[in-house]
Amino acid sequence: MPDIVIQARELSKRFGAFVAVDKITFDVPSGEIFGFLGANGAGKTTAMRMLSGLSRPTSGAATVAGFDVFTQPEEIKRTIGYMSQKFSLYEDLTVRENITFFGGIYGLSNRAIKEKSDQLIVQLGLQAEEKKLVGSLPLGWKQKLAFSVAMIHDPRIVFLDEPTGGVDPLTRRQFWDLIYAAADRGVTIFVTTHYMDEAEYCHRVSIMVDGAIKALDTPRNLKQTFNAPTMDAVFYHLARGAQRTAD
Amino acid sequence: MNQLLSFVRKEFLHVLRDRKTLLILFGLPIVQILLFGFALTNEVRNANIAIIDDAHDVASRKIIGMVSASGSFRVREVQGGHASIEELFRNSGVKLIVLFPANFNNDLMHTQHARVQIIADASDPNTASTLTTYVSAIIADYQKSTVQSTALPFAINTQVRMLYNPQLKGAPNFVPGVMALVLMLVCVMMTSIAIVREKELGTMEILLVSPFRPILVIVAKVVPYLLLSLVNVATILVLSTYVLDLPVQGSVLLLFGVSTIFILTSLALGLLISTITNSQQSAMLFSMMGMLLPTIMFSGFMFPIENMPIPLQVISNVVPARWYYTIVKAVMIKGLGITSIWRELLVLVGMTVVLVVISVRKFKVRLA
Amino acid sequence: MKSNSNMLSNDVVLEGIGKTYAKGAVVAVHDVSFSVRPGELFGLIGPDGAGKTSLFRVLTTLLLPDAGTATVAGYDVVKDFRAIRGIVGYMPGRFSLYQDLSVEENVKFFATLFGTSVEENYELIRDIYVQLEPFKSRRAGKLSGGMKQKLALCCALIHKPQVLFLDEPTTGVDPVSRKEFWEMLQRLKEQGITILISTPYMDEAMMCERIALIQSGRIMSIDTPENIMRAFPTTLFAVRAADAYHLRMDLLAEPFTESCHAFGDEVHLTLLRDESGKAARQQEVIDAMRARGHADVELREVEPSIEDCFIRLMGQHHA
Repeated sequence: MPDIVIQARELSKRFGAFVAVDKITFDVPSGEIFGFLGANGAGKTTAMRMLSGLSRPTSGAATVAGFDVFTQPEEIKRTIGYMSQKFSLYEDLTVRENITFFGGIYGLSNRAIKEKSDQLIVQLGLQAEEKKLVGSLPLGWKQKLAFSVAMIHDPRIVFLDEPTGGVDPLTRRQFWDLIYAAADRGVTIFVTTHYMDEAEYCHRVSIMVDGAIKALDTPRNLKQTFNAPTMDAVFYHLARGAQRTAD
Repeated sequence: MNQLLSFVRKEFLHVLRDRKTLLILFGLPIVQILLFGFALTNEVRNANIAIIDDAHDVASRKIIGMVSASGSFRVREVQGGHASIEELFRNSGVKLIVLFPANFNNDLMHTQHARVQIIADASDPNTASTLTTYVSAIIADYQKSTVQSTALPFAINTQVRMLYNPQLKGAPNFVPGVMALVLMLVCVMMTSIAIVREKELGTMEILLVSPFRPILVIVAKVVPYLLLSLVNVATILVLSTYVLDLPVQGSVLLLFGVSTIFILTSLALGLLISTITNSQQSAMLFSMMGMLLPTIMFSGFMFPIENMPIPLQVISNVVPARWYYTIVKAVMIKGLGITSIWRELLVLVGMTVVLVVISVRKFKVRLA
Repeated sequence: MKSNSNMLSNDVVLEGIGKTYAKGAVVAVHDVSFSVRPGELFGLIGPDGAGKTSLFRVLTTLLLPDAGTATVAGYDVVKDFRAIRGIVGYMPGRFSLYQDLSVEENVKFFATLFGTSVEENYELIRDIYVQLEPFKSRRAGKLSGGMKQKLALCCALIHKPQVLFLDEPTTGVDPVSRKEFWEMLQRLKEQGITILISTPYMDEAMMCERIALIQSGRIMSIDTPENIMRAFPTTLFAVRAADAYHLRMDLLAEPFTESCHAFGDEVHLTLLRDESGKAARQQEVIDAMRARGHADVELREVEPSIEDCFIRLMGQHHA
């Protein structure tokens, strides 16, 4: 019985009268790839921020890796890995310089940084590119590198905020292979995405509409429940009645 | 024409809806004038001076009285002893000490030769020389008023008249300077940022893929800032006349005309910058470093150009603000007319034309 | 001036177009040739960096090509760029309207920019604009992603262009708005406007009349979506088991596997050429996977999707 690493109970966030996140409740066990879907403005970014210790919830309760999101956000930040499409690596530093920098930020010792850097570069096959500026790498490689850097301190939980941009189908699959490999090692992956086919790659998926979770199950079960051939259709079915599509 | 008007309207909307920038645009000249007018000044006011009077006679008391009455100093009398002079300078914030030796009056009356010591804190040379000059002038006044009938052969009576600015106020110097600075800042920086912003946001792409001639984009962007700058000129002149008590001596119309030309020069400069930068940040940096600093240094407003080494004097000829500053001083302070300033005006017009031609040619009709 | 007596059979023609950046160091587009018929809905399908935006910029006369020639509505993109700029509608990749102007102000501005008025071509944008109308005084920057796209489309259409260029209009937009957007495009097609649209979403390819698959600046295939799928050279199987990840790893290790990719919770498999019949080979796969511990493995033949075709073509074009 795998242990529960993320637990949310009626977690809510209010901005004045506006309820951004409305009493979400779920458990995520260790090693699961948990997909968090929703339109822009549905509240998924706010929810992720609360769980990663970046934003203080208004009410409810949640723990991440055993730490309380209200009282121990700093511990949470130290324990998790975080990657988003907006935040990425420094384009004007080289591959190695980026790894070294982020290793330092996460508090790794100099020796650990050196070991990890060598390991990572070999793992990703970037030996020839190690001294090149990240800005000159193709998008797919940047993404893979960014993910690996987010994992550099061996976090048990990783939050990925819209990690894959418009890369080609092969590169996207290679990226997801990295995620699978991590999940295989027992890392819990919490990922938001608007690519519905990626929803299929997740073990379980939750769909947020207007701040509340309207569905939570495996992709296969969701397709059966809503009698839909693809996750896209499931989403469309649920999102059609949405009030909020604000950015 | 309709298209152009629609574009200009849009530009005005952008400017008016950007509250923070508006604050800078209109607040800047007001703040500058007030600061320079009342706070920052080279004039001497409230300087701490100390007087050591070992004479205690008619002459010394009279002079001390005149110094106190001048209103420019904060005077304190201190008991003698040369040892305490060092102390006064070091610990009491005193900028200048006047020392009357014993028997001052006697020496003056009978030996026609009296000595007064003036010791100044020259760690700020400007203040020191201003203070010593002032005090010496007061003493010289006293000397003239007392020593009369003694037949001094070859007495040279110097009559000093400070033209245009008899009270030696700072305002006549800096108001034209502030005008040049503010116009330059607003026009160069704002214009370049406005144009580059279109590039950065991507709206420039859509503008280009339209029948609208790119050159009209330039015109439309420039018009709001032209009008705003004229408003600024008016604001400065009003403040100068009513708050700083420095009215325009010459023709106001000529002043506005000349200002319009300088505004065009600055706008052209802003345009040129926008053709060579691609981000608002670098547009701002370029404007600051490339335009503002030279304007402050080389316009003649803070530092006299004649005092600079020749190479720098040559450089200052390239700075448009220098010519504008000279013209404004001529028209506003000296009350001169176009016959006196036509040479400088021609230089300014020439610069404008050259800049406009270069920037229009550099304006890209495509993205690359 | 364009001669009306010459009925052109194509609205957009590219021949050998090439575009490089950084003095030839970066090849964005290489030897691209295709044509688009008047009134056609043509899709340029490919990921980021494939060269779609560069191609669109060449066609809308924003960039000069380094090689080849292209015409839009009969006008050359280099020599007659002014003429082209008057008759095309363009929606660039990012939202590029004025954030601090309202919806209404933006539309009015673009109408006057093209020398027309909102009323003149209102019929064209009516279906879209009615959705925006409740927000017409709202600043464009404060709209949701889907609303912004609709506004941008209105502004691109307001002057009734002959050719419409839409560069990734649905990227980052929620699925509901995406669907609505495509419905709007279908209605526009009925008005006779030639539409070129680029997108990284493979499923949107199905909604175009003809598509060009582009990767790394090169065209891999141009045809109708159906033809491209029909041209898939071998049989495609979908294999499924509870542990999809390890299923895929195991299949990759087998000697009969030609290619094997994740597709949601299934694995799409193609097999190396073999003389034995289809049924026998299917059984071979099932047996092999059962032997590796996937007791619940299922296998069936499926129709290849555009994404399957794209991946296969990518593999063929890679050096």
